[in-house]
Amino acid sequence: MTTSVNFANSGAPPHIVVQNVTMAYGSFVLMRDLDFIVRRGDIFIIMGGSGCGKSTLLRHLLGLKEPATGEIMYGDLDFTKASPEVRESLLRRFGVLYQSGALWSSMTLAENIGLPLGEFTDLTPSQIREVAALKLSLVGLKGFEDFYPNEISGGMQKRAGLARAMALDPEILFFDEPSAGLDPISSRLLDDLILELRENLGATIVVVTHELASIFTISNNSVFLDAESRTQIATGDPHDMLANSTDPRVRKFLTRGQEGDASANSHG
Amino acid sequence: MGLAGPWHLAKDVPSADLLADEIASNLRPKRLAFDTTHLTRWDSGLITFLVEANEICRQHGIEDDPSGLPNGLRRLLELAEAVPEKKGARSEAPKVPFFARVGNATLDYSSSIGDLLSFLGDVTLAFGRLLRGRARFRSVDLLEAIEQCGASAVGIVALIAFLVGVILAFMGAVQLSQFGASIYVADLVGIGMVRKMGAMMTAIIMSGRTGAAFAAKLGTMKVTQEIDALTTMGISPLDFLVLPRVLALIVMMPLLCLCADLVGILGGLFVGVGMLNLSATNYMRETISTLTLLNVFGGLLKATVYGALIGIAGCLRGFQCGNSSSAVGDAATQAVVMSIVMVVVACGLFAVVFNVLGI
Repeated sequence: MTTSVNFANSGAPPHIVVQNVTMAYGSFVLMRDLDFIVRRGDIFIIMGGSGCGKSTLLRHLLGLKEPATGEIMYGDLDFTKASPEVRESLLRRFGVLYQSGALWSSMTLAENIGLPLGEFTDLTPSQIREVAALKLSLVGLKGFEDFYPNEISGGMQKRAGLARAMALDPEILFFDEPSAGLDPISSRLLDDLILELRENLGATIVVVTHELASIFTISNNSVFLDAESRTQIATGDPHDMLANSTDPRVRKFLTRGQEGDASANSHG
Repeated sequence: MGLAGPWHLAKDVPSADLLADEIASNLRPKRLAFDTTHLTRWDSGLITFLVEANEICRQHGIEDDPSGLPNGLRRLLELAEAVPEKKGARSEAPKVPFFARVGNATLDYSSSIGDLLSFLGDVTLAFGRLLRGRARFRSVDLLEAIEQCGASAVGIVALIAFLVGVILAFMGAVQLSQFGASIYVADLVGIGMVRKMGAMMTAIIMSGRTGAAFAAKLGTMKVTQEIDALTTMGISPLDFLVLPRVLALIVMMPLLCLCADLVGILGGLFVGVGMLNLSATNYMRETISTLTLLNVFGGLLKATVYGALIGIAGCLRGFQCGNSSSAVGDAATQAVVMSIVMVVVACGLFAVVFNVLGI
């Protein structure tokens, strides 16, 4: 079992390029001057304090929200300016695990996983069911094919959501707070699973999280968002950040408030 | 200051204003200390009081000396004041003048018409894809929607239509029997139900029943990110969720309307036979002779259009739903209001158009 990440990936070609992106709700600017590159095969973390716009950045990357200014490029395709057809074909190469799983509640787990397979492949219904069963067994839910999402626990819903995200063997997997609501062991197993996915499928993985344990276990690249200054204040490998960063806000975050800003110690 | 006895939120905690008055009026002390020897028990009630007292001291430039307070209390007080208030966290709602509010509401309203039109366009495009066989949704969903807005609604539609028929007949009977023209109750009920009331009452029931259900269902799916999950899967939520629902309403509304027409006429017959001593045969003959096929189809056409409007209003409000459980409730309410308004407006337009065409 993998214990910690150890791969240099700086030579890989860029997979997602974010250039000068400003995120805004109406006239309220949430984040500006976002500029970073996710390389092919990266496990890229979007981190920052609660409410700083991590999930909103993810929504921008997924095309659920348009950036106020700037570009988001996938390979050499400009996602923000792409036609609906191009967008759809790009989306088909994504897999997304939402914060609460977001399984379609009127369908069984097998149908949830089978829906994208039925839409975008030529598999027969019985083959689809086999693939769905396989994906479920990969996340430890063998035998739960005919359960509805409300019949299983929150942690299981999350794993089923992951199985659905992997249905089409995506090139890029997005995780929104994967460990929220999971116990430490499940959350650790999920980390291992993420590393395996990167290893075996060669997928690029983007994770929104503020779980330090996860961050240091899985990631080799990251962007740090700061709510106060409303922009990114660091990018790169979180291990390097911890070792070399001199920014007190970054240090405070990565050491759980033990270093950096002095006021953090007063009542800890 | 001496604090004595139990200080509990549940009991009456004295207001800090008393202290403020005391300080402002006669005492003008330099320092505020506390004597808690007679304090028995305390909870947040006392802390709230002390925080306010602190604030008052700061305003009057009085030194606040917490050393007389019990240890736990002092630490909680320090904690409450450790983090300074975040600037801008307390949003000061600017006072908006009355006319500005009216203006804003009007602008919101006009933008909602814009939303409606663009959604209407999207749905039309989706129907285009459906006709070319390129729209994607599950036939199970269509059948489920058809059941929900067809078979399950027959009972309530029939009940209301029967009562509307009875009411129409009563209203007519009182006037017409004065002229000895009771038989024309059949004409009144027949034409009234088939041309207007059948479609109208069905539409109103369906807005409350199905339109609200659509809005609530789609709104909940929005809150739980199920709609996002469809979008990022490359499946159009419009095709997948809206088409089967609107299609089901378009197919089922004329059938429900036909059912309402028949049951409404039955209601009129009930009054005619029971109260006006008409024979059932005469009543039916009169009804059949007065109705034309054009009347019937006109009514069914209206029902179809109302069905589309209800479906679109329900789905639009569901898609526009915010991210909380109360937003889902609002979405359902707005869907019902919007679809009833649209149905009544459409009804008026139909009346004008049919009049011009001489139908």
